[in-house]
Amino acid sequence: MSETTYIEAIRLAMIEEMERDQSVFLIGEDIGHFGGAFKATQGLLERFGKERVVDTPIAEALIMGVSVGAAIRGLRPVAEMQFADFVTCGFSQLVENAGTFHYRLKVSVPMVVRLPSGGGVGGGPYHSRNPEAWFCHAPGLKVVAPATAADAHGLLKSAIRDPDPVVFLEQKWLYRREKGVLQSGDDALVPLGKARVAREGRHLTLVTYANGVPMAVEAADRLRAQGIEIEVIDLRSLAPWDHQTVLASVEKTGRLLVLSEATRTGSFASEVAAHVAELGFESLDAPILRVTAPDAPTPSEKNLEAYFRPNTEKLVDAVSVLMRY
Amino acid sequence: MAKAAAAKSSTKRKSKRSASERIAQSPFDLPEIPLHQVIDPSGKAVGVLPKTDRALRLRMYRTMQLIRLLDERMMILQRQGRIGFYGACTGQEAAPVGTVAALEDRDWIFPALREGVTMLYRGFDLETYVCQVFGNSGDVLKGRQMPSHYASKSVNVVSWGSCIGTQIPQAVGAAMAAKYKKDDVVAAAFMGDGATSEGDFHTALNFAGVFQVPALFLCQNNHWSISIPTAKQTASRTIAEKAVAYGLPYARVDGNDVLAVYGAVKEARERAARGEGATFLELLTYRIGAHSSSDDPRVYRDEAEVEVWKARDPLARYRKFLIEEGDLSAKEDERQRTELNETVLEAVKRAEARPLPPAESLFDDVYAERPWHLEAQRTELLEHLASHPKKER
Repeated sequence: MSETTYIEAIRLAMIEEMERDQSVFLIGEDIGHFGGAFKATQGLLERFGKERVVDTPIAEALIMGVSVGAAIRGLRPVAEMQFADFVTCGFSQLVENAGTFHYRLKVSVPMVVRLPSGGGVGGGPYHSRNPEAWFCHAPGLKVVAPATAADAHGLLKSAIRDPDPVVFLEQKWLYRREKGVLQSGDDALVPLGKARVAREGRHLTLVTYANGVPMAVEAADRLRAQGIEIEVIDLRSLAPWDHQTVLASVEKTGRLLVLSEATRTGSFASEVAAHVAELGFESLDAPILRVTAPDAPTPSEKNLEAYFRPNTEKLVDAVSVLMRY
Repeated sequence: MAKAAAAKSSTKRKSKRSASERIAQSPFDLPEIPLHQVIDPSGKAVGVLPKTDRALRLRMYRTMQLIRLLDERMMILQRQGRIGFYGACTGQEAAPVGTVAALEDRDWIFPALREGVTMLYRGFDLETYVCQVFGNSGDVLKGRQMPSHYASKSVNVVSWGSCIGTQIPQAVGAAMAAKYKKDDVVAAAFMGDGATSEGDFHTALNFAGVFQVPALFLCQNNHWSISIPTAKQTASRTIAEKAVAYGLPYARVDGNDVLAVYGAVKEARERAARGEGATFLELLTYRIGAHSSSDDPRVYRDEAEVEVWKARDPLARYRKFLIEEGDLSAKEDERQRTELNETVLEAVKRAEARPLPPAESLFDDVYAERPWHLEAQRTELLEHLASHPKKER
């Protein structure tokens, strides 16, 4: 079977959902003839017309606000930010408005916001953000962060069909590096809120998502040769997240390492650590460690960025600390 | 060839004035935007009246009178500590009522703080409306929004997000959806003069101009954004002229003249329905009372200014007009006033007697379905309350 890239999986998910449901439409900046900043919407204007592929003036808050308004009238907007960082311009519409609308009026806001996230591209402070913690902290929003092409495809399809607003974190780093075989029809759907065990193991649980997954799998494969069996859990969804899969794994391994590419303080990695400390304390043989970026803006220069980002070596070091317990 | 000719002629047209002279052209040199008024403050018809029938004219009046009486009663309740907060519409009743009367019931309204009253014109139950202020079990919003943040999907009036101006792009989105669905539904966004300083105002008008969506922008210029006068909010002479920059048609309307508002909104709605896009209306009015129950306007504004505007009161003006027209007698007016006052007292009495929403209801409706973490947190709270049975439920 032929393999599809992560970004092509996203494009296909949008095409399939737009063909299935007339209420799905795309909205963003340069998503028409230009095909989007990363070409995720390439050819879609030609295929679906300008009423369903809406190129807007440059205004992220507007894209969010218009999406909220269209969603409460029963449409299903899929909004693209050129970079996840730019979502800050639309923060109030997303967090204060989309996130609370159903609570305030009992009218659903079935919108998806696609955020090209993460580092590794020399993008510096405005093109490298991992903003998931902000949105996980906002009641009413769902947050999804796929690591594989099949999950990017299946989770985006599920997100578009979901009645609640979904923040969809795509990884620029994975767009063209990550490839996989996609399923068709309903078999392709990946449910929100369910984790995936990417590697089974009995000595240590390594919880991660998005860009962290390939790093974690590489570390697990490398350490297996040394007799250390790591269980890698790819969360796939962060809000709501699959705590049961994590707790069950920690019960088996007794050790927890959480990997996130985002900065540390107040991160989603911290939430996983706190939750397991509260509910899985009896299972733990060692402290919980986090491997994250430091609490600094992402530097642009490639050597500095390499120091800044988590990597397999940093993971292996953290594992060896935990294995001493 | 044609291009070269155009370039030549544009060189010819070049102004002989210096750059500094050109820059010295002021927006104040442009002609002033006239104020549209059909009933003057003494209640006399002064312009071409919009087509209305007596039943419609009296329905508008009755709603305005109800709002005035309700606001008076609610401010008393607030002072007595029976409700936490209140934002009155006093002196501004004509703008929301004239607007909602000109809209179709299927049209969606995106209110700001003072236009939840449009729900009453659409026949929303008064007792349920008052329950919102108490935040009790009768409130359709179940005590989740602050008082005066009325909303109900049953009358297509959405819940206001208090970050100023956020409703404006939302209305544009709803209008875009209507255009896509071709269902002849117009989205009307209200805002105050202060909201025109927010980015959302500008991006929304800009988008509406580009995409020609069936939206109405209704700015209640009530001269004060809490303590800031309009002159300190904008250097523009009028709010209406801001629409020029976005290619939108606009008008300046006496917002204390309910029939002027009705006529202007009716016309704007017809434009939208014909597919001609959005319209911007500045409705000139005045906030007679405080911004809300939380401030004292004597600290920041001159009482003499309030007196000037009291003489332009929308309710008194309309009453005089209706009596003059023979729609209403002074006696009928007095009887209606007494009846509405009784209705308000009764609604307050019944609403106040309602129990609070159950504690666990705060976990409902965050999402379409309750996820595991809210389920766990709900259980946590219920267990806490069970072990502290004296806590208020």
